[in-house]
Amino acid sequence: MKINKIILSFISALAILLSTSVTSFAKVVGDKIILGSAISLTGKYSSNGVHTQNGYNMAVDRINSMGGVKVGGKTYKFEIIYYDDESNPKRAAQLAERLISQDGVEFMLGPYSSGLTKAIAPVTEKYGVPMVEANGASRSLFTKGYKYLFAVLAPANLYLDVAIRTAVELNGGKGVRIAQAFEQDAFSQDVRLGILDAAKETGSEIIIDDKLPKELNDMAATLVKVKQMKPDVLVVSGHTKGALTAVRQIAEMKVDVPMLAMTHCDAAKLSKQHGKNSQYSLCASQWHKTLTYKDDFFKDGMTYAADFTKEFGYDPPYQAAESSAALLVFKDAFERANSFDQKKVRDALAATNMQTFYGNIKFAPGGQNVDKPMVLFQVMCDDAGKCENKVVAPLKWASAELIHPIPKWSKR
Amino acid sequence: MDFMVFQYPMISVQACLDGVLLGILFALIAYGMALQWGVMNIINIAQGDLVILGGYIAYFMYLYGIHPAWGVIVAPIIMYFVGVGLYKLVINKVVDRDLFISILATFGISILFMQLMNFAFGADVVLANSGYGTTFLFDSAVVLPNSKIFSAFISILFAICLVIYMKKSKLGRAIRATAQNARAAKILGVDTEKVYAATFGINAALCGVAGALISITFTIHPYMGLPYTIRSFMIVIVAGLGNLPGVALSGMGLGVFEEFADYILGTEFRIGAVFLLLVLILVYRRFKLSRKREYLK
Repeated sequence: MKINKIILSFISALAILLSTSVTSFAKVVGDKIILGSAISLTGKYSSNGVHTQNGYNMAVDRINSMGGVKVGGKTYKFEIIYYDDESNPKRAAQLAERLISQDGVEFMLGPYSSGLTKAIAPVTEKYGVPMVEANGASRSLFTKGYKYLFAVLAPANLYLDVAIRTAVELNGGKGVRIAQAFEQDAFSQDVRLGILDAAKETGSEIIIDDKLPKELNDMAATLVKVKQMKPDVLVVSGHTKGALTAVRQIAEMKVDVPMLAMTHCDAAKLSKQHGKNSQYSLCASQWHKTLTYKDDFFKDGMTYAADFTKEFGYDPPYQAAESSAALLVFKDAFERANSFDQKKVRDALAATNMQTFYGNIKFAPGGQNVDKPMVLFQVMCDDAGKCENKVVAPLKWASAELIHPIPKWSKR
Repeated sequence: MDFMVFQYPMISVQACLDGVLLGILFALIAYGMALQWGVMNIINIAQGDLVILGGYIAYFMYLYGIHPAWGVIVAPIIMYFVGVGLYKLVINKVVDRDLFISILATFGISILFMQLMNFAFGADVVLANSGYGTTFLFDSAVVLPNSKIFSAFISILFAICLVIYMKKSKLGRAIRATAQNARAAKILGVDTEKVYAATFGINAALCGVAGALISITFTIHPYMGLPYTIRSFMIVIVAGLGNLPGVALSGMGLGVFEEFADYILGTEFRIGAVFLLLVLILVYRRFKLSRKREYLK
């Protein structure tokens, strides 16, 4: 009897809890605009997931403390409901369903990574929920004709495009010989497609085209081929493990290559983990703190970096910066739409044309940001072994001159 | 398909040497697996995760300014106790059950370890730099990172020590006796419970050494354990349980096979080739292992 009572009271407590939580989570409650996001707090993307969340939270606090969002003469504050997607696409799609159909969220922020964004986009599209995402760069996200998906970042195929063009330019406009190694995931393969396009347009030749496995921790075979074939440019994209493995093994095997271009160097903390061995590596980045874009909330990149470091205790990687920018885009769109109608907000998002500390934002019909070029930075170290990332391309934003070709190992 | 490896003979030499050095390291992990498989009849799916945990020990030493090579001494000591603890908590409950139960249990441990490591150390890929430099052979046509040579050397050293320990020490003899016939050993006064715990501890310690070496030569990440489990499993089924030279040889063979698969099929099929080989060998051996129990000699 007693146990029955306990179970009964437990169930009724649960029911009360559920009923209150359902009613309290709706799109706009009182003076709150509630956004939803499935984010990787555990699992293999958890470090970048946390960067994303920190970026979102920082922007929410900043916007709220600086007057919030003004819609219809009333001031609203942002609030975000997070769920942990465990770095799992299936889970992310379920959580998107739950956020929308159970919690009543009507506006979404993106998850971390192209793969998870791909899993969520069909759900938000189905319900007509506008989603501003900051961490899904795969080209295929923008070719499906999604109407409610907006990405503040440049698509993946542009990541290393500028590296190839720079190499061709330094080669006197003649094509270069490219060696490339890409992981077999959606993002890296898109980066690869971008390189293929750039090679075609510049008359460059691809002499090594290797694919890397998910469990990548040894790419000696590719590097031996590079030693043998002596390409002008070596391009590697395999998330953080690709960047770390490449630099370690290039240094150990003393592979001389005039240009080394990679992705995910700052997420890999390349210069911190490898010190001087990482010197001269070129890295594609969505953002760098020295860029001189400005906005009213974070002022500029340097101020953002300083504020972020103060709050979270580490230098913001670009994943955090672009996530913060996503909130600025939402605020701007709500105010221009002057309404919480999803369709009106969607149209306002599509008409976005603004500058943030992170860069200019203007969406193409596919949803990708076409107004912000990628930047390339080069790892540069002083004699004491202290390394810094300095923007070297495009020239407009360069804070240091590109060192090319990379000095041979025998001379370092 | 790419046959460059055969066009340039030096690349073949490079592949062979890389493979042998790598294979010796695999053999060390496999030896641990063979040991506890032979003694306790348990296939440890969490083998690779123990390796990665050992790697993190070396990595944290490196973070605090200690040279990661010391990890090969510290990691096995810590991992020994982790292994004994794991035995007392979980393994002792499945040790007399059939193989399937032990696979399930260790599979669970593997998932738990992955998540705990991810939780405790983060999902970043990390590595420890040894600063050991490079050896050039054949007019610098072949390059061998000294870290790989160091790994192979340490692995051999540990394997030799273990063999001697198993032959000479009291516990070593008790372990071998238990492997041959646990019941008889028990009747003759061997505390098999203690032997099992020690065996699992020794296995974990070997994994710790291997992990420290991997953090110096490659990279570590909480979810990178499984390929090491698969490799050691494969080496053990090729070599058999009681055959240490066999384990070393098949380890090196697997290393060389992987390197050549890497050159010919491409890096993306490297692990795939290992899995394929595993299937082929299992079919070839027609699951002999399940019918005939082999002993650790």
